[in-house]
Amino acid sequence: MNNWKAVCRLADIPAQGARVLKRAGQVDIAVFRTIDDQAFALLDRCPHKGGPLSQGIVSGHRVACPLHNWHIDLATGQACAPDEGCSGHIALKLQDGTVYLALD
Amino acid sequence: MNKPKLVMVGNGMAGVRTLEALLALAPDAYDITVFGAEPHANYNRIMLSPVLAGEQTLPDIMLNEESWYATHGITLHLGQPVVALDRGRRLVHTADGSSVLYDRLLLATGSSPFILPVPGNDLPGVVTFRDIADVQAMIDAAANHRHAVVIGGGLLGLEAANGLLARGMQVTVVHLGEWLLERQLDRTAANLLQQSLAAKGLRFLLQKQTAALVAGPDGRVAGVQFKDGESVPAQLVVMAVGIRPNDALAQASGLHCNRGVVVNDHLQTFDPRVYAVGECVSHRGVSYGLVAPLFDMAKVAANHLASLGIARYVPAATSTKLKVTGMDVFSAGDFMGGDGCEDITLSDPMAGIYKRLVIKDDKLVGACLFGDTADGAWYFRLIREQQPVHAIRDQLMLGEGAVGDTGHQGQNRAAGLPDEAEVCGCNGVCKGTIVKAIQEKGLFTVDDIKKHTKAASSCGSCSGLVEQILISCVGGAADVKPKSEKPICGCSDITHGQLRAAIREQHLTSLAEAFRVLGWRSPDGCASCRPAVNYYLISTWPGEAADDPQARFINERVHANIQKDGTYSVIPRMWGGVTNPAELRRIADVADKYAIPMVKVTGGQRIDLLGVKKEDLPAVWRELDMPSGHAYGKSLRTVKTCVGSEFCRFGTQDSTQMGIDLEKDLFGMWSPAKVKLAVSGCPRNCAESGIKDVGIIGVDSGWELYIGGNGGIKTEVAEFFCKVKTHDEVMQYSGAFLQLYREEAFYLERTVHFLQRVGMDYIKQRVLDDAVGRSELYARLKFALSFEQDPWAERYAGGVAQHEFAPLTV
Repeated sequence: MNNWKAVCRLADIPAQGARVLKRAGQVDIAVFRTIDDQAFALLDRCPHKGGPLSQGIVSGHRVACPLHNWHIDLATGQACAPDEGCSGHIALKLQDGTVYLALD
Repeated sequence: MNKPKLVMVGNGMAGVRTLEALLALAPDAYDITVFGAEPHANYNRIMLSPVLAGEQTLPDIMLNEESWYATHGITLHLGQPVVALDRGRRLVHTADGSSVLYDRLLLATGSSPFILPVPGNDLPGVVTFRDIADVQAMIDAAANHRHAVVIGGGLLGLEAANGLLARGMQVTVVHLGEWLLERQLDRTAANLLQQSLAAKGLRFLLQKQTAALVAGPDGRVAGVQFKDGESVPAQLVVMAVGIRPNDALAQASGLHCNRGVVVNDHLQTFDPRVYAVGECVSHRGVSYGLVAPLFDMAKVAANHLASLGIARYVPAATSTKLKVTGMDVFSAGDFMGGDGCEDITLSDPMAGIYKRLVIKDDKLVGACLFGDTADGAWYFRLIREQQPVHAIRDQLMLGEGAVGDTGHQGQNRAAGLPDEAEVCGCNGVCKGTIVKAIQEKGLFTVDDIKKHTKAASSCGSCSGLVEQILISCVGGAADVKPKSEKPICGCSDITHGQLRAAIREQHLTSLAEAFRVLGWRSPDGCASCRPAVNYYLISTWPGEAADDPQARFINERVHANIQKDGTYSVIPRMWGGVTNPAELRRIADVADKYAIPMVKVTGGQRIDLLGVKKEDLPAVWRELDMPSGHAYGKSLRTVKTCVGSEFCRFGTQDSTQMGIDLEKDLFGMWSPAKVKLAVSGCPRNCAESGIKDVGIIGVDSGWELYIGGNGGIKTEVAEFFCKVKTHDEVMQYSGAFLQLYREEAFYLERTVHFLQRVGMDYIKQRVLDDAVGRSELYARLKFALSFEQDPWAERYAGGVAQHEFAPLTV
């Protein structure tokens, strides 16, 4: 069973942008909103050198890490070819304009 | 839904490159079927020479395995020649009697070796050098026979001869012309080449015309008979006397052919459903046998097949390289010269070096190199870019290294580097890694190498070296276009210049509008094109086009510089590098209060607070109470000054005040790349004006202006621009030049590269010669800057972009 927690409204996130969910003692979570008003959540840590993905440029369903321009697929957390690696992906649901994350 | 059917006849490099480009543009546009006469999938035909010489194997040179076709849903028929086209019924008939319907047909039938019309040309043991089967036949002959004759002393002939020599045969090269490689080399270079090849053991018979090939008792070829009565023994004869476009299929179907399938600039034949690319075509009366133009054709044909229709094929200068290990031969452009041309030559026969550069109308138009080809890539770039060369003419012959390259321990020559030499100092990539990627992944562009190896993907200073390595691996197939000819990114086929023009001419004022009108393939661009388009919009239509923060790189979006640990650096502005006790106290207090781990003096005469947490930024800015230093942006950075006449006993002008005035005048200026200025008060030049985008040096009688300097990746000394008398002239001339740069440079192009691309003459004409134009440029700059405010105050006091600095919590 997922433990859904409301984190913000979709409108709180700029389209083609992200917000950061701070968590004490744990890796922060980046919550993205794409141009087509979908939302995605990843650990805010690039698989390359740990860059904060929440600060990257969001285009389509991808984000470019601000440190070394790795591209990460928002739906899976996987780095786009030819890079390899994965940033943890967090289940998210969007209901009536509210963003819920599956948090422990 | 039924997709239209695209049938491709021929499965070689040009055809498959077209399909690759088409799939990138429109992956689902067609049902694709490919017929290949050979039993192999697509391989790198140019690398057959190293295979023959035993330096590479067949798997090394495969470009697309059969699995590639399957992955992209392409139906592949190998070993299945097409024997007839029925254009009326749009049918392709194959050798086994089957037929396939097409909606669009792509002819990529390549070329055939020309066979000399002499008796015995069909004897066993007489081969050509075109495909894998030919190479196999030569390898077999080398194992069983002793004497080989190669007819034709062109690139292909010499590479065949070299391969057979490496396999232990005694090889004679027979050539009709006066010297070898007459289409690639002049006589002097060819003679040096011949001497070197003779020293390896090749024999040469020049100006010899073949009369007949003579059979031995076993029916196999046994010798070559010449017109002058002489003869030589040969159990293997390789015909390498040229190629002919394969246009028989097209001709039989009634398509207009003239030594090749005739195509227009869109690679369309006289039947609009039928396209043709590669060696089989005749474009404006010319057929091509080098791979670079074929790849250019592939892109244009793919663009049309994808119904975009905005590309045209324009022939560009080509370069060639002989793939014989240990023989360095390179030629490009018009290396024979002629009327109106000037030659620069360097000849050192003892060292085996010969170089000839041909200059016409102050531009390099051709190069012919033997023995030392390290600068081939550079010369080729100069030929393609057509820049005036008078400024570097006296160093031209000495190579790129002589024109002020530094960094990388002076390494700027790919050929001599060992495999373990580090090429990319940012990402730690060695030459061997790059070579391996080029060979294994079949790479042809520097961009592909960047993606696969990360070399040249950070600071870019090794791009030239990576380009050389690419050229040394794949020769003329290397795609080394200048930025002005390349698409901005994979989202469209538009170049930077075309984009700038479209935004201006069509009055485009938003990203969404630009992407829609200009046919972007992605809904919202990518991390490469979005910042570029945003810059072009706001610089073309100030006050009208809204700046899109989501099209800004993080540093420009939050007005601070991101660090490796996700914290930020804050550099407040210190006008002209001048500060005071009150500012310094506030800086100290802020550093204490926010536990800022490092306070550092920058190279631009300011103070950097490093390690600031993002959520602290607004408070830090408020308490500093100083404007943004824009130390994070493609924008005006700093104006460095020396002390000047106010205190300095040598100073002739008040450089400090001039720097402060310039910095205030240009505050908030966005630009294609970062812009730095400096003002020195006397020719001792303590502010280092010689390596700034605009450098100003005070002299007793006024001010000297220098432009296009750069102290970074590759040190570039600024060029003298003009001398003016008054303070106001310094402001106006500097501002007008910077506005011209803002309006016409490409995104991320520093002033030095802009200057190299458009030429100093052009900039002088716009800014110095045209007084009205100059004041209009300056007025447009002032207008654009009138909309700019301190971005820090907008955020800590004006409520802008609060969401950036407030994390979510649960």
